[in-house]
Amino acid sequence: MLTLDKLYVNYGAIKALKSISCRVETGEIVALIGANGAGKTTILNAISGIIPIFSGSVTFLDQTISGIPPHEIVKRGISQVPEGRRVFANMSVLENLEMGAYIRNDKSAILEEIDQVFARFPRLFERKKQLAKTLSGGEQQMLAMGRALMSRPKLLLLDEPSMGLAPMLVEQIFSIIQEINASGTTIMLVEQNANMALSIAHRAYVLETGEVVLQGDARELAANPEVRKAYLGE
Amino acid sequence: MFFQQLINGIALGSTYALIALGYTMVYGIITLINFAHGEIYMVGAFVGLFATAILKVNFFIAMLIAMLVCVLLGVLVERIAYRPLRKSSRLSALISAIGVSIFLSTLAQMLFGANAKGYPEGVFPVKQITIGSAEISTLQLLIIAISATLMIALEFIVHKTKIGKAMRATSEDYNTAALMGINVNMVISFTFALGSALAAAGGVLVGLLFNAVSFNMGLMAGLKAFAAAVLGGIGSIPGAMLGGLLLGVTEVGGVALGFSSYRDAIAFAILVLVLLVKPTGLLGRKIQKKV
Repeated sequence: MLTLDKLYVNYGAIKALKSISCRVETGEIVALIGANGAGKTTILNAISGIIPIFSGSVTFLDQTISGIPPHEIVKRGISQVPEGRRVFANMSVLENLEMGAYIRNDKSAILEEIDQVFARFPRLFERKKQLAKTLSGGEQQMLAMGRALMSRPKLLLLDEPSMGLAPMLVEQIFSIIQEINASGTTIMLVEQNANMALSIAHRAYVLETGEVVLQGDARELAANPEVRKAYLGE
Repeated sequence: MFFQQLINGIALGSTYALIALGYTMVYGIITLINFAHGEIYMVGAFVGLFATAILKVNFFIAMLIAMLVCVLLGVLVERIAYRPLRKSSRLSALISAIGVSIFLSTLAQMLFGANAKGYPEGVFPVKQITIGSAEISTLQLLIIAISATLMIALEFIVHKTKIGKAMRATSEDYNTAALMGINVNMVISFTFALGSALAAAGGVLVGLLFNAVSFNMGLMAGLKAFAAAVLGGIGSIPGAMLGGLLLGVTEVGGVALGFSSYRDAIAFAILVLVLLVKPTGLLGRKIQKKV
């Protein structure tokens, strides 16, 4: 579904990504794990077209999408839940969801989709008229995810969904991610919480300073002594 | 006497508000102080003047023509002078804005001369209405009514329409708006179009009010409207409306109290005072640092 081929991204003189190659197959959950600054978020932003690619290519559903503007990439079927949730703080929950459906024009289908998001996240329904800034961190994460689903993405990019959340909430968010995947959305997940990420992912890539150092089946990686030592706190 | 001055102040203030809205909306989206905005207002006044004097259309049509021309001009200025500098430092865009401002006022001076021109007589038949002790002109009422209508229309666009909501989203978070599939360049063009249309309406109304249109009218009006936008809290739409009205009323009040030689200083004195007490302006939000 998605293929990154020898991707290089620079921030000024800093080489953020050095020849990243990876792929996501339809129906998978693929995790990117690694320490802070390893380049995980940069990969997602390069896919979404938010930051320019220096060289290499991104292919999605057999079409090259590197170099096209971010709003066109959303139309192709890739949606991102950015790091830190980034809900529109001074807009209501409902308006945030409407923004997620910006590329769509079929009003009745949008309303249906909003109902589906509310069914998945009942807390959001209770707060639909409230400004997003009045929501708790967990609710904001739900809103950011609901918003990203509004465009009916084929591929959902999730950037640190567990960040700043209590362990119980993290479990809840991760089971929702599995549900979303089970209902047909392919997922690419960036996490510092490698334990959680590997527990739900099919495959994973381990990143270090802008390079893929390990890759493979998520369960095998979780059992790998090197990974356990470096990322799973053993 | 008080009521009279209040109406005078509101009429003047609503024209400041119309211009201030353009500053605040553009700043809200791309954090640029569009110094050429006052010149858009000036061009609006000239277009209105020519439409009434040469095309002999009625006042409302003239205002619509002025708004349309300024929409095109505003969008063009953004395209040519600001968009190529979007990724450069903010100072570069600011300098470019000052350049556009000088260019437009000089061009107007070359084309239309240095003398102020008046609207043809009878474009808008002015009558005086006496309410209590106050003498109010129908022109003042027209200015207040048109400004109020435009501002209500703006509130509607910003809060109820899809593109308006996209504007608010983009002004909150540029990158995340793009991640929603919003074409941010289109939203920015739309913002310039809205702001320019309002400024053009303001230009035509002020041209009528003072019966003087000149190449340099955008300078002081632009500065005062900018002061009004900062006073209300730059980036805030209701703030610009409030700031404009407040500035108009205090300026007229100051003149009525006998400080007419300090007329232009009053606006900036208020600005300094408010910013000392509340640096974000009256309705300004705390500026969140975007990571």
